[in-house]
Amino acid sequence: MFEIFGIPSQALFGQLLLGLINGSFYALLSLGLAVIFGMLNIINFTHGAQYMMGAFCAYLLLQYLGINYWAALVIVPIAVGVFGILIERLFLQHVRKLDHLYGLILTFGLALIIEGLFRNYYGSSGQPYQVPEALRGGRNLGFMFLPNYRAWVIAFSLTICLATWFAIERTRLGSYLRAATENPTLVRAFGINVPRMVTLTYGFGVGLAALAGVMAAPIYNVSPQMGSDLIIVVFAVVVIGGMGSIMGAIVTGFVLGIVEGLTKVFFPEASNTVIFVIMVIVLLVRPAGMFGRTA
Amino acid sequence: MMERVVDPLVLQRRRETNVSFVVGFAIMVALFAVLPFIAYPVFLMQALCFALFACAFNLLIGYVGLVSFGHALYFGWASYLTAFAVKSWHFHPELAILIGTATAAVLGVVAGGVAIRRQGIYFAMITLALAQMMYFFALRTPFTGGEDGIQAVPRGRLFGYFDLSNEMTMYVFVLVVVLAAFLLIYRIINSPFGEVLKAIRENEQRTISLGYNTDRYKLVVFVLSATLAGLAGSLKALVFQLASLTDVHWTMSGDVLLMTLLGGLGTVFGPVAGAFAVIAMQNYLAPFGQWVLVIQGVIFVVCVLVFRRGIIGELAAFLRVQL
Repeated sequence: MFEIFGIPSQALFGQLLLGLINGSFYALLSLGLAVIFGMLNIINFTHGAQYMMGAFCAYLLLQYLGINYWAALVIVPIAVGVFGILIERLFLQHVRKLDHLYGLILTFGLALIIEGLFRNYYGSSGQPYQVPEALRGGRNLGFMFLPNYRAWVIAFSLTICLATWFAIERTRLGSYLRAATENPTLVRAFGINVPRMVTLTYGFGVGLAALAGVMAAPIYNVSPQMGSDLIIVVFAVVVIGGMGSIMGAIVTGFVLGIVEGLTKVFFPEASNTVIFVIMVIVLLVRPAGMFGRTA
Repeated sequence: MMERVVDPLVLQRRRETNVSFVVGFAIMVALFAVLPFIAYPVFLMQALCFALFACAFNLLIGYVGLVSFGHALYFGWASYLTAFAVKSWHFHPELAILIGTATAAVLGVVAGGVAIRRQGIYFAMITLALAQMMYFFALRTPFTGGEDGIQAVPRGRLFGYFDLSNEMTMYVFVLVVVLAAFLLIYRIINSPFGEVLKAIRENEQRTISLGYNTDRYKLVVFVLSATLAGLAGSLKALVFQLASLTDVHWTMSGDVLLMTLLGGLGTVFGPVAGAFAVIAMQNYLAPFGQWVLVIQGVIFVVCVLVFRRGIIGELAAFLRVQL
């Protein structure tokens, strides 16, 4: 054990790790928000609720069907993603042509419904979810103890984020997507089914949120309000990063997670607010956000 | 500003608007005069406070098209300051309300100054994030009483004379303040200043090209809205004799949005009707616990999909008047 700035290394790196974990979730969620915003031009207020649904689905699958974490990691994002597609078909497509404020209000209402339903059946208290067997325990790195599950979450979410970036920025399908974001009418004229692309994009963004939820289940308690608290922070992350760039959303997510973790070490009182303070500073210095294009 | 050219047609429409407003206002005042003999006064005062809150909110969303998702910030903090001034400093109620309202105005200047730097969806997210920041601050700082809030706030004597612990006196006081603020809002939206606000709502770029500094207009109306929301919060602190974390939580910002939307965005009377509907619903449905959340969500969805004009908006369309 040694000390850095008078802080034991165990505490410092422990918080740094926690920060990276939070950062993984910020990155996954703000990535989903950015993808959805790009295609649908709405800010998905239901995102937090869908993240919560992801965690709950994993919990329910294990509890009632005995389906383990690894299967849930595949099943849940698809199931919740399909649910997202239904939402898009049933509700969101009707507000596309309206003022953006209606999309915001509509998704907020949907978030209330989902959260309220889960609270009815599961109360406000959290349900525990066991860490999968293969990832229990951890290793001592000399300067800190690294639980295996947390290392997995960071590595896996980073992989997913980079894969998403690659798919959108470097593949043919991604180029269609980007083109449809810029000018949907023109892309339609080329014979590409843009409305279906919009629907699938929403499903994909929602799936990302659900995936984050599954990964979060063993770390935090699975509770109905786990999403609504997180989503506000993610909004601040999105404002800081700007929604114009995929890589921007990923980098901002991870960096802000780390900053938050470090704040917990050096100035614990401010750890809840530090991201909002950074948001204010960024708005004053660079109103378009760190990676944003000016509107 | 230039002398305004008055088109006779515009003049006629304005006269019609005035008539429908006067009739509507008279009906509203008559209702408020009768209601305390039928309904529970504290419920009415609660509804009145929220009606003012929603009217202040509507000034922003309905007339400038700015969606603030953090109006709980002004409502809640004004409520805290008023409660604290009365309880710990033993201020008169009128002075305490002034302090609460002024706090909201200052917060409005700061938050508005930051938020109007971005448009549209970002504006909503920024106001929400700022409100959440101050929520955490309220949670941590000792003077707000944390989870307990500031309880058993004495109502005191208005101007050292009227005893506000009497429910009827308190009701009349709240009613007078709310109606005065209501008339002020009506005056604002029908002033030349208000016309510019509506122009910004319709097309901000065009308003800029006409030579208006839209950022300044947006900031002024933001501060006005925050101040009036603060006034509502201050009154609420005295009515309930309580200031708590509920008032600064984001769900409160959602509630006021629901009231305004349900009553009718951009209508003068809509927020009042919406506030009464939502408060009544919350009171009657309280035994059903979390279903209130679900029902509120359903109302949001229904309003957006099929009922965008809201109660008063539909009524106005039916009667072919402006309300």
